[in-house]
Amino acid sequence: MNALPLPLLLGMPLAGGFILAAIGHRPRAPEWNAAFSLGTLLAAAWLTVQIVESGPRTVFAQQFFIDPLNVFLVALTAFVAFTTALFSRAYMRVEVGHGRMTAARMRLYHSMYQFFCFTMLLALTTNNLGILWVAMEAATLTTVLLVSVYRTPASLEAAWKYFILCGVGIAQALFGTILLYLAADRAIGAGGDALLWTHLAAAKHMLQPTIISLAFVFLLLGYGTKVGLVPLHNWLPDAHAEGPTPISAVLSGLLLNVALYAVLRCKVLADGALGPGYAGGLLIGFGLLSVVVAALLLSRQKDVKRMFAYSSIEHMGMMTFAFGLGGPVATFAGLLHMTAHSLVKSAIFFAAGHGAQKTGGQLMEDIRGLMTVSPTVGWGLLLGSLAILGMPPFGIFASEFLILTTAMHELPWTAPVLLAALGVAFAAVLRRVLPMVFGATSARRLAHAPALLPVFVHLGLGFMLGLYIPPYLEQWYGQAARMIGG
Amino acid sequence: MNPFGLLAQSFAVLLALTLAPLLKGWIDMWRAWLGNRSAPGLLQPYRVLHKLFHKESVLADTASPLFRLAPYAVFGCVLLACAIVPTLSTDLPFAPAADAIALVGLLALARVFMALAAMDIGTAFGSLGARREMLVGFLAEPALLIVLFNASLITGSTSLASIVETLAHQQFAIHPSLAFAGIAFALVSLAENARIPVDNPATHLELTMIHEALLLEYSGRHLALMEWAASLKLFAYAGIGLALFFPWGIAQAQSPAAMLAALPLLGLKLAIGGLALALVETLSAKMRLFRVPEFLATAFLLAVLGLLVHSLLGD
Amino acid sequence: MSHWIVQSLNLFASLMLILAFAMLSQRRILSLIHLFTLQGLTVVCATATVAYATGRHELYFSAALTFTLKVLLIPYLLHRLIQRLKVQWDVETLINIPTLMLIGIVLVVIAFNLAAPVAQLSASIARGTLGIALACVLLSFMMMITRSKAVPQVIGFLAMENALFFAATSATYGMPMMVELGIALDVLVGMLILGVFLFQIREQFDSLDIHHLERLKED
Repeated sequence: MNALPLPLLLGMPLAGGFILAAIGHRPRAPEWNAAFSLGTLLAAAWLTVQIVESGPRTVFAQQFFIDPLNVFLVALTAFVAFTTALFSRAYMRVEVGHGRMTAARMRLYHSMYQFFCFTMLLALTTNNLGILWVAMEAATLTTVLLVSVYRTPASLEAAWKYFILCGVGIAQALFGTILLYLAADRAIGAGGDALLWTHLAAAKHMLQPTIISLAFVFLLLGYGTKVGLVPLHNWLPDAHAEGPTPISAVLSGLLLNVALYAVLRCKVLADGALGPGYAGGLLIGFGLLSVVVAALLLSRQKDVKRMFAYSSIEHMGMMTFAFGLGGPVATFAGLLHMTAHSLVKSAIFFAAGHGAQKTGGQLMEDIRGLMTVSPTVGWGLLLGSLAILGMPPFGIFASEFLILTTAMHELPWTAPVLLAALGVAFAAVLRRVLPMVFGATSARRLAHAPALLPVFVHLGLGFMLGLYIPPYLEQWYGQAARMIGG
Repeated sequence: MNPFGLLAQSFAVLLALTLAPLLKGWIDMWRAWLGNRSAPGLLQPYRVLHKLFHKESVLADTASPLFRLAPYAVFGCVLLACAIVPTLSTDLPFAPAADAIALVGLLALARVFMALAAMDIGTAFGSLGARREMLVGFLAEPALLIVLFNASLITGSTSLASIVETLAHQQFAIHPSLAFAGIAFALVSLAENARIPVDNPATHLELTMIHEALLLEYSGRHLALMEWAASLKLFAYAGIGLALFFPWGIAQAQSPAAMLAALPLLGLKLAIGGLALALVETLSAKMRLFRVPEFLATAFLLAVLGLLVHSLLGD
Repeated sequence: MSHWIVQSLNLFASLMLILAFAMLSQRRILSLIHLFTLQGLTVVCATATVAYATGRHELYFSAALTFTLKVLLIPYLLHRLIQRLKVQWDVETLINIPTLMLIGIVLVVIAFNLAAPVAQLSASIARGTLGIALACVLLSFMMMITRSKAVPQVIGFLAMENALFFAATSATYGMPMMVELGIALDVLVGMLILGVFLFQIREQFDSLDIHHLERLKED
């Protein structure tokens, strides 16, 4: 057993960030970007194989900790980051052609893309809850620059809102972390090790309940802002709609997951100190509210990326609800939902991005007849939308089905609410998507070849998850679910 | 009641009567110097009082007896207030009769007389000034009360004399709540004594004047009494401020020597306080009138914060 | 001896609270920066006092770090920023100031009540000040959401960071060194990014009024 893959995993995007800061404006930079992401993916795969073989472990003076929960997220993150880099290669070239991106902005974009991946991987793998906070804040900073990369008034506004709201939110999380440290200080003594998650988890029954209950509220508010939980979601649609499409894809597909991961880590500690009801209740409340509010707001959207951003809020709410229910089945479903949502939602953003690029605008009433313009984009958007709405046989159907059945057992009154919200979302999204795909259009065919391999790979995987979950994946989910769900 | 206490009490009253105009002169002098003007001289307030007492008092035709009574009532109230503020010694026979709350009441009574007298004549300026004065008063009095409560909470008494005894003679301790109270008190004193930035006693500009508008109809000895009362009020506030926040050096009971020692210390503290006041007045600009409620609300809230902080941090 | 130290820590905490209120009610951007600098200085003094009292040398280091960052570097950057942006004038708050102060008092009461049970469990000598630190966090938050201009929002953000730092010092003698370094780095980078951002916003909108940033709305 060697400790090589982890430094490789973190070093690859970090080095990529620095190197692309120097050469990110060159014509071949998109390929370099994809190459670094591929390197990260390979390192993640290596790491995953090691963990599957040898089980959870800590490395580097216990500063990093890999277990089934985060290794599966690491693999997912590295994978989606790689496919997004592939998509971005084609997509951003067109943006340069349209004059929306200059060489200098491309350099910033590529460099920040790699740094962003680095911060997410750091947040996932670190064992230190303080470093987790630092990485989350750094992820905010890098994405702020990515969202504002077009320098249009709207993108600046979105980025400003994003920065201020997430900055405030994440400051609450820091207060929560301080309180956690205070509790740790009493239970296991002060010092650099007191914030290590493994130590806290080992001593979680000794943590002072009063402190932990307050700390968890602050942590949930803080990281919940980044998850996009209603009513802390205001930044999310703007940031998704105004940034470049590859960034919308990774924001929705990855960053929200990482934030939810942070909440889950804290939930494990809170459950240990307070029993299962407290943190679960809060998560159920926020989750349910997010699902309902986002579903109602879906129908009012005019911008295609905004609409799917609201859909992300809805799905993050769904996962939060599932994790709040707790228990092996709901938690398993939550993890499955996380995976399927990441894959499908980023695929949708890829397809929608190409569609919007063709018409030159993101307004849904301007996007028509994708099927005639480019059948692959049209099919991608249609299948993606069906998948995200929970149509069988896609993976989201399976996870939503599991969540709903568990909800019926555990909290019967929530099941009709969820079903109604899902119905509203279904009608709202399909009403918008069908004209975009099938409507009549006078637009010319696309001049450039869209990068649609990522779309169909993601959709294919999402499809597969609905029918068949590979045994090792199921084993991970099971292990992770036991850990979070208790 | 002991003879020494009586002596100390009458000495304190005499001291207030004589020192109050001097304090005003000192502040005016420094204000002039700081403003790059030549000063009128330290004794100018005495000269003004002397001149006014030798002038005939002119009364308006519409004046009622209240108008004539008011200067004496105001002067009496303020003088009584000065008598219960410990400046040299805490052994004041009058002090048990009136605590800090009564002190605020005395000052409020003086204000009511002044406002009534100003409205009595029926001129526009009088009622305007009275209205503004009552506005300031109704915001400043609660703030002042809470400032005093801050000190009472620490010492467990509302009597100023025992507050000073506890603060000055127990083991030295930092009371964070007094920091809040101190700032609040400074704001309240500026407003109550018609100083910049709330009011400017040196002008008669109808848009802004508060205090001077109340005195417009007075002349001769009535005006002299009113002016004297104003400087006594300033002296009383200075006394309260020193007693609450800088109580060191105030003599305890039954000690003529300590009282004599306290006298130069009091002079020094007043001189520094006066200089600080002149500095504040020179450095700040007069506020618009509608900002005054905000100014005093800040003072009130700071005083309340002091109470909260005291309850959080304890002793 | 420790009596003295607790008292001076309490005094510093009260100063933090006074400064937080002063910032809440301050209209002038230049004065806001001065108040922010003073707040940073208070945090430095408090940290150094705790370091002296507990004999933890890493706290001296973190005090020095705060001093460089929050008292020297960031105020300097802010001064440069407002000079180059020419925004020294007064900025009205969205809610009038007495109301703002009243809400502030309510926040203080809430914060004190939230923190009281937690503070009792802390072993720190400065535990009483945890409530004040939380109150300062909430007040800075208030300050941010009641300003319509970009620069005061940034200062509010930084003040919140100060208050959090103070909370860490008072409750647990500071966070582990590595975490503190990370936080400092984040704050500095964030500050730089914001500075660049402000120029871009002004370039696009010819103003730093956040009211212009209201085009993205639900409908």
